[in-house]
Order: sequence, then C-alpha cells, then structure tokens
Amino acid sequence: MFGGIDPALLIASLMVASVPILLAATGELVVEKAGVLNLGVEGMMIMGAVCGFITAVVTGSPALGFLGGAAGGAGLSLLFALLTQVMQANQVASGLALTLFGLGLSSLLGQGYVGIKPPHTGAVPFGPLADIPFFGRVIFGHDPLVYLSVLAVAAVWIFLRNARGGLILRAVGESHEAAHALGYKVRRIRVLAILFGGAMAGLGGAYISLVRVPQWTDGITAGAGWIALAIVVFASWRPWRVLLGAWLFGGITVLQLNLQAAGSGIPVEYLSMSPYLITILVLVIMSSGRGRAALNAPASLGQNFHAAR
Amino acid sequence: MNRRHLLATAALGLSLAFGGAASAQDKTKACFVYVGPIGDGGWTYQHHQGALAVQEAYGDKVEIAWQENVPEGADAERVLTQMALGGCDIIFTTSFGYMDPTNAVAKKFPNVKFEHATGFKRESPNVSTYNARFYEGRAVQGVIAGRMTKTNKIGYIGSFPIPEVIMGINSYYLHAKKVNPDVELTVVWAFTWFDPAKEADAAKAMIEQGVDVIASHTDSTAPLAEAAKAGGKVIGFGQASDMTEYKPSPRVSSIIDNWAPYYVKRVGALMDGTYEQQDAWEGIAGGEVQIGEITDAIPADVKAEAEKLRDDIAAGTYHPFTGPINKQDGSAWLAEGQTAPDGDLLGMGFYVEGIKGDIPK
Repeated sequence: MFGGIDPALLIASLMVASVPILLAATGELVVEKAGVLNLGVEGMMIMGAVCGFITAVVTGSPALGFLGGAAGGAGLSLLFALLTQVMQANQVASGLALTLFGLGLSSLLGQGYVGIKPPHTGAVPFGPLADIPFFGRVIFGHDPLVYLSVLAVAAVWIFLRNARGGLILRAVGESHEAAHALGYKVRRIRVLAILFGGAMAGLGGAYISLVRVPQWTDGITAGAGWIALAIVVFASWRPWRVLLGAWLFGGITVLQLNLQAAGSGIPVEYLSMSPYLITILVLVIMSSGRGRAALNAPASLGQNFHAAR
Repeated sequence: MNRRHLLATAALGLSLAFGGAASAQDKTKACFVYVGPIGDGGWTYQHHQGALAVQEAYGDKVEIAWQENVPEGADAERVLTQMALGGCDIIFTTSFGYMDPTNAVAKKFPNVKFEHATGFKRESPNVSTYNARFYEGRAVQGVIAGRMTKTNKIGYIGSFPIPEVIMGINSYYLHAKKVNPDVELTVVWAFTWFDPAKEADAAKAMIEQGVDVIASHTDSTAPLAEAAKAGGKVIGFGQASDMTEYKPSPRVSSIIDNWAPYYVKRVGALMDGTYEQQDAWEGIAGGEVQIGEITDAIPADVKAEAEKLRDDIAAGTYHPFTGPINKQDGSAWLAEGQTAPDGDLLGMGFYVEGIKGDIPK
C-alpha cells in the first residue's frame, strides 16, 4: 500500500482501462505501417461498441458480441477503403468523415438499446493461480480481452518484423511505387490492413460497451479513438511502445482518480492534467533523443496510390 | 455563370431567406442546445423530454429544433448565432458552460429570447436564467447514504467545481452526517460531464477505497453500471434521469430533472405575449426536482425518513441549509436557525465543515 492505494488493484485496473485504446492503436499501427492514415478510429470504435453490444444482447453471448464488434468496425472501415483505395479520395478528409458518420450511425442503431444490460463477460478461469497473492490479482484475474490485447501487440510485432507478409506490408507503406514495381498488389494489401485496423478498433469499442461500462450510451467512446491515434505517433510506429503508451496513459488516468479517492494531498488540478502532461513530456524526451521519432513514420503515409504506370 | 447571373442568384437567395423568416413568424420556433447526446440517459435526455413536451402541448403552433453535443465555449457561440439567424424565437441553452456565449449572442439578437440553464448572468433584457434546486434532492440522498453505508465511507463523483455541484456535495454530506456522525465523504472530480469510461473508473477507484454509497453529478449511467459489478455491496442513485434499468439496486433512488413544466410555461408565455425576463429557481415543491421511487433495497424506516424529509422540503417547512453550519475552515456561515440565502448558494465556492480535501480552482 502506498498513499492508501493497493498497487495490485491499481495495476489490475490500469490494464483493464487501457484495453480499448491499446486494441485500437495496435490496429491503427498496422494501417499506418501500410501507408494509410485512417483518422476514423473514433468512428470505427463506436460502431464496434454498438454492433458488439447489439450482438451480445441479441445472442446472449459476450464472445459473439466481440466478434460482432470487430465486424462492425471492419464494416465501417470498408467504406473508408472504398473511398480512399478505389475512389482515391483524400485520406484525412475521409477519415474525419468516417468518424462523424460512425458517431451518427451508432446513435441511430443504438436507439432501442439504451438502458439494457449486456451479458456478463467473466474472467478467464485460472483456478488456483488467481489466488496467488499480488500476482493472482494483477496477472490472472482478467477477462480474455485483456490477454488478447497483449497477445495482439506481440503478434503484430512478430508479423511486422519477421513474417514475409509483414515485410511486404512495410514495403507498401514505405514506397508504394517500388512495391508496385516488384509486383505486389498495393491496393489489396492496403485494403486488408484497413480492414484489420477497423476490426481492432471495433473490438476496442466493444470492450468499452461490454466490459468497462456494460451498457449502451450515445457517444460512449468519448474520444478514446483520438487518444489511440495519438498513441501510434507517440510510439513512433513500434508495437511495444504502443503497449507502453497505452498503459502509461491508461495508468495515469486511473492513478489520478485513485489518488483523488484516496484523499492524497496533491491538488486535483495537477492530477487531472497529469496524463496529458506526462504524455507531452515523454514525447519531448523521445523525440529529442536522437531526433528520429519523426523519421520513423512510414514514408508513404497518407499518400494515395494508383497504378497508372 | 456570369456575374449578373451570380447576383441574381444571390438576390433570390436573400429573398428566400427573408421570406422564410416571415413565414416562420406565425409559428413559434423553440430551439434547444444540448451539451451531450440525447441518448445519454441523463441530463440531456431530460431536457429533450422537456422539448418534446413543448411540442406536445402546443402541437402545430410551435416548431422545435435542437442540436446535440455542442461543446461549451466558442463552438456554442457559433451554434447560437446560427439558431438565432435560422428563425428561432426562443433558445434554451442547457448547460452552465454556455453562460458567456449565451449572453454574448443575446446582445446581437435583441428580438430573440434566450434562456440559460443553471447560470446567473443576465446581461441583456432578453436573457433569462432557470435552474432547479437539486440540492434539495441531494439532501434526501444524503439521508439514505448515511443510513445505508456499512463502511461509513460515501462518495460523490463531481463534474466541474462550480457552485451547482459544490452545493450538491455540501447538501449530501450535511444530511448523511446528520443521521450518521461517523460518515466520511470522498469526492472525485472527473472534469467532464459525459465520459462513461471515466465516470466508471472514478466509481471503481472509490469502490476500491471502500466507498459503498456513490452519488454522481455526471450525466451517464456508468457509475451505476460500475456499482452493479460489486455484486450488491455498493448502491448509488439515478442522476438527472430516473435510470430505472438499475432498479432495485444499485439504483435505490434518484433525482429526476423535470424541465417540461418550465419549458411549456415559458414558450406559452412567449406565444401569448406575457413573457418577461426572469430568474427561475424551483425545487421539489415546483415539481422541477422529483425524487425517483425509493426501492425495497432500502429498509422501510429509512425510506420513511427520506420521504418525510422530501415532504418537509416540498412543504417549505425545512430548508436543507439550515444553521448552524460552519465552513470547512471552521468559520461560521449560518447561525442557529438561519437558512442560506439564495445568493450564497448560487456563488458557493466552499465546502462545509467536515469534508476533507480542497475544491479545485
């Protein structure tokens, strides 16, 4: 115990609090690595939140709910893929439009679902492991999505680093002309990356409406998608740093609320601004190091490609 | 398109705009600005119910319009200007943070009536303010909280440190303390009106600290959802809206904002020409603050005690802020038997004696 806060509970709740932004940021990382800037994360998250909620309520199964959420997010991202990859629309504008559209559509879909409770998502049964002091609560007391979010980071890391597909994806993101000249299907790869990003954002959204705040309310994601976008930049497009960023941001948000509840003497103003302040600090430190953070951005990020030549 | 054609089009557009304004005059247009989504299940939802009541009451004679999710600040000013230009005769701005935008826009449109909820600035004659005495409802919740807590720790999720919220905190604490002298209050400031995930986190942080009765001053049902996860050990209250989906527990009672009578009255006054600038502040007696059903999760004697307090307040025989009450620093605020003047309440920037922690500036 420090300052009246139980660290085991604190770490456990920060892991839970950061799952939505972690999932969404991991998906967006892959999208941006493929050279596509999709600013519609917020819209895809909230579509995932409402689709996941509806699926879970109708079928009674949280697992199907998460699948429905991923499908909802991916479905909306398909629209983005159509606009930017087929019709060559501007990515920034399309992404922003996607967010606005997602917010409106989710509100429409969710009309009949306000005030309903979704089926409960239980913790993974680890049996006796969950009874180990401290570690039992911190590591073995969560629902499946918490583990999945960490596994997803590891999988994306290995994929981008070692898998052939990952190398192709990065090539597409660095120089789509060169990748095209080598015979890779730039547009197809990008569409797949966008779909993956949409599914991950949808999953993150569904986590909010099914686990963190088990209910449907208009605008339930309340800006989490924008934080996920920022974390990708914060992480300078590296998977493990995404994890760090998400936990840092989620952690400080939870910590400041806990410090308030525990009656620490620190003025609330400082506590409330701390997540943003520390994020800025870390950004400054990281980018001042070797001045490479900005250089790490995929070279073709945000540029449309059409195979004219 | 040549220049003459362009001018002709512009002239046509202008005449259409004026024509539109003229034809709008035989119908009164009431507009509403909301800080959150209508589907929040709380604050904004209740205002919208009031707007719908206006439509119902006057049918074809009124037209209502609204805009959701309007940020407090410069954006609000744009939205208000647009509404005033768009033929609104009366505009209700339904959040404290619209205070300055409302007054600024009202100066430019003297023929449009502005009604600002929960504020205190009426800088031009066409600005009225209205509010509800929510602290009366908080008193009832305080009694329930003080009687029901087993850990003697009760919590309050604050949104922003404004008089409205501080008033609620003080009233809640005073009445919990009155029935349970050992009670301790934990206040967590969320610095948002609407962010379900953050509201749930705030509730969770309190529950981890042993708080078992949570009142919230934010707009969503998330704190109740979090309380429900604790498996019956934690109770809470519906805020702004009845939040019946969490009955009978964790939602054991609620404060319902009932704006319909006020909206219907004001729009009606505007239509029959009796409209005047005013500063309305009604409570349980006027029907603007309703206490939602106290469920069976509360023992009968506590329920009776809470209901008696509610009825006393409604009858005007009891004021929730009746002296002796000291400020947090120990200095005297109200003497024995003295009740709080409205001016003190509307500018309240201090905790009463016994509450720990500081109010953020």
